[in-house]
Amino acid sequence: MTMMEWWDGFWATYNTVIFSVGVNAMLALSIYVTLSCGLLSLANAAFMGIGAYVASLITMQAGLPFPVALVAGGILPALVALVIGIPTLRLSGVYLAMATLGFGEVVRVVVLNMEITGGPMGLNGVPPVTEWWHIVLLLGVTIYFLARVRRSKIGRAFEAIKEDEVAARLMGVNVAGYKLLAFVIGAAIAGVAGALNAHYTFTIGPNNYGFENAVDILTMAVFGGTSNLIGPMIGSTILSLLPEVLRHFKDFRLAANGLILILVVLYLPKGIWDPRRIRAFMQRRNSNNSASKKVN
Amino acid sequence: MLLQFNQISKNFGGLQVLQGVQFHVPEGGIFGLIGPNGAGKTTVFNLITGLLRASSGNIVFDGQDIGNVAPHKITERGIARTFQNIRVFKEMTLLENVVVGMHDHLDYGFGGLLLNLGSFRKIEKEARERALELLSWVRLDHKAGMLADSLSYGEQRKLEFARALATKPKLLLLDEPVAGMNPAEKTELMAEIINIKQRGFSIFMIEHDMRFVMGLCDRVAVLNFGKIIAEGTPDEIKNNQEVIEAYLGKEEE
Amino acid sequence: MLEQQLINALSLGSVYALFALGFTLVFGVLGVINLSHGAIFMLGSYAALLLVEQLALPLWLAMLAAMIATGLIGLIVDVLVLKPLRKRNAPHLIPMIATIGVAIMLTNLAQGLFGAENKRFPVGTIPEDSVTIGNLHVTAVQVGIVVIAFVLMVVLLGVMRRTQLGRALRAIAESPKAAYLLGINVEGLFYLTSFAAAALGGAAGVLVGLSFNAISPFMGQPMLHKGIAVIILGGMGDIRGAMIGGLFLGFAEVLTVAYISSDFRDAVAFGLLFLILLVKPSGMFGKVLERKA
Repeated sequence: MTMMEWWDGFWATYNTVIFSVGVNAMLALSIYVTLSCGLLSLANAAFMGIGAYVASLITMQAGLPFPVALVAGGILPALVALVIGIPTLRLSGVYLAMATLGFGEVVRVVVLNMEITGGPMGLNGVPPVTEWWHIVLLLGVTIYFLARVRRSKIGRAFEAIKEDEVAARLMGVNVAGYKLLAFVIGAAIAGVAGALNAHYTFTIGPNNYGFENAVDILTMAVFGGTSNLIGPMIGSTILSLLPEVLRHFKDFRLAANGLILILVVLYLPKGIWDPRRIRAFMQRRNSNNSASKKVN
Repeated sequence: MLLQFNQISKNFGGLQVLQGVQFHVPEGGIFGLIGPNGAGKTTVFNLITGLLRASSGNIVFDGQDIGNVAPHKITERGIARTFQNIRVFKEMTLLENVVVGMHDHLDYGFGGLLLNLGSFRKIEKEARERALELLSWVRLDHKAGMLADSLSYGEQRKLEFARALATKPKLLLLDEPVAGMNPAEKTELMAEIINIKQRGFSIFMIEHDMRFVMGLCDRVAVLNFGKIIAEGTPDEIKNNQEVIEAYLGKEEE
Repeated sequence: MLEQQLINALSLGSVYALFALGFTLVFGVLGVINLSHGAIFMLGSYAALLLVEQLALPLWLAMLAAMIATGLIGLIVDVLVLKPLRKRNAPHLIPMIATIGVAIMLTNLAQGLFGAENKRFPVGTIPEDSVTIGNLHVTAVQVGIVVIAFVLMVVLLGVMRRTQLGRALRAIAESPKAAYLLGINVEGLFYLTSFAAAALGGAAGVLVGLSFNAISPFMGQPMLHKGIAVIILGGMGDIRGAMIGGLFLGFAEVLTVAYISSDFRDAVAFGLLFLILLVKPSGMFGKVLERKA
């Protein structure tokens, strides 16, 4: 077998998995944005679904080109997030989580019952137009965008809000406005991810975007670590590839997901990629060298 | 007059917390509000910063009524505040803490920050330099890169000062700045506060510790059970019969 | 016709209330939203099924044993997962995420062990009797559900209001640290609460299993969602709220299905959830949104 033949075979079998790595990275980043502002939102799977359906309907029914579908797939969830964000982001902590969970379920029920979305059968025959470079490009743009935001006053505002809303407010930070911004950005990213995902999986249905999926997304971010952008990407990559590795265990591999979540929460509270723990570890290793100044 | 409380009353349900409170904070100098626990002092601060709204009366700052200003807009007007239970951002570095205080003054838009334009870089650089300078005012610049969590209690209080100063306030509200400190820390903090006053900021302080207040403030008002019972210089207050009675048995040594 | 719907609503609402009770108990006392409560509910159903199938136990005994079994599972989850997080003083979203992991594990273990298809109780297990009064048709199962659910709720309410134990639990709900300083065995009562809450969840599972005669690993999920809606409606941590909220939801759902459309049945719970969160997030009876340490 030549290299080309091997590669063709490999690609034919695994292209979906590789695409998923990219899409899941975007999803993990979408929830990272909200977490970085102190918001636990379980709505991102629903936003992913909205993006997926909107984009699919555009390519399938309106016959418009893919880029249009992708843009719409990002804008519509963002608009929905804007509308429901205004009343719900007033809630804190657990109540917000429950409200976003509820929202996700409402979306699922609505989609389940609408004609245009194909009801419980969903949409079949979504044109397979996603190419690897779409995913790489959009993931790259997402990472760049989030990195720049992180380094600006917006990123600092998010962090301040996450730590202490009242203090942030009294330092001049418009807390409500920034929370909404984080929520909307997260929704847009999740929506685009959904649009990309729909166009290589041929079929989408209401059950792809429910509570379990919201939990999967959360797990990827929590597992990877939410101190910076790298954590969610590591988490999503490992958890995307793990099912392939655990294929033999069939049903029990989903149980493994649950176990992983528990173990991470218990033993790696800041996720796998925790800069502080890594830095401390490195410093202990270098402790034999002369006194090193802490550089930031 | 920098800040004027005009017949402010505040009640929560049936509970009258403040009644006909009237006092004025002059520009420059240190003004103290003292009173026994539960007198309503923190409520006064919460009214100024917009966390609460007065039931009646008005608050005038720098010639403008600030009764309806939202909390996140109060720094725009020129008022900054520290908290009784120190609220620094523990997982951020000292430098970052102070830069958050400059939030309002960082005038760059989305485009600038996304494209890393020169204007963005310049403003951020200047912000960091100014933050470092403010940290040097409170002698914490050598720890600028450390996490706020690693500071001692007294140092965290100083960090809070620096962060509040970053908002470029005209009036600095200090809520029980020396609560929970030992005498040595109190003395050091006293020096810091005088330092800040000498740089031209007006200070309005709530405190409990009579001796601390008397040694530091230019003018004092006394709040008891939601009413102002005296206002004047520390000497006038010290000899005021009503004040002495209000504090009988509650004076901190 | 309406009266018949009301009977159905009463039965459904009682189950919702019973499920929500365990859920709200854990929140009130432990301060944790235990999202594995749905899986526990499901396991209760399976436990009863297995006991009847394999050991030919009479139904009432199977139910009791199932309650004890799920109670133990709840206790184990508390000791292994929630307790270490308590020791660490983790912010309360963290234990919630951990319980999501538990739910996933339990659900998929059940699927792996029992298969994904709906299972039924052996023929003859479920009493077929029913009573017809005028236009009203009431089955033995419905009567059983309402009676058992109410008995359990009354007992729980009685314990909470009239006993030393109840006072201790309410003290812990108010402030665990203060309760500890008063000499209350807080940790022990946490264990007890986890056990009792899970037992109640298991009981609800058995009753629902009997009522629909369809047991699947996934039956916990929709129930959990309804439970969330109920406790937010009624006020988190409030027992009366869980009871009244559950009944309210039962009625709202049945009436929606009867008079509007059955498609939106599942949306009723979340519609109400949204409404309440926008209008009065603390729920009908809730007072405190944040718990003191």
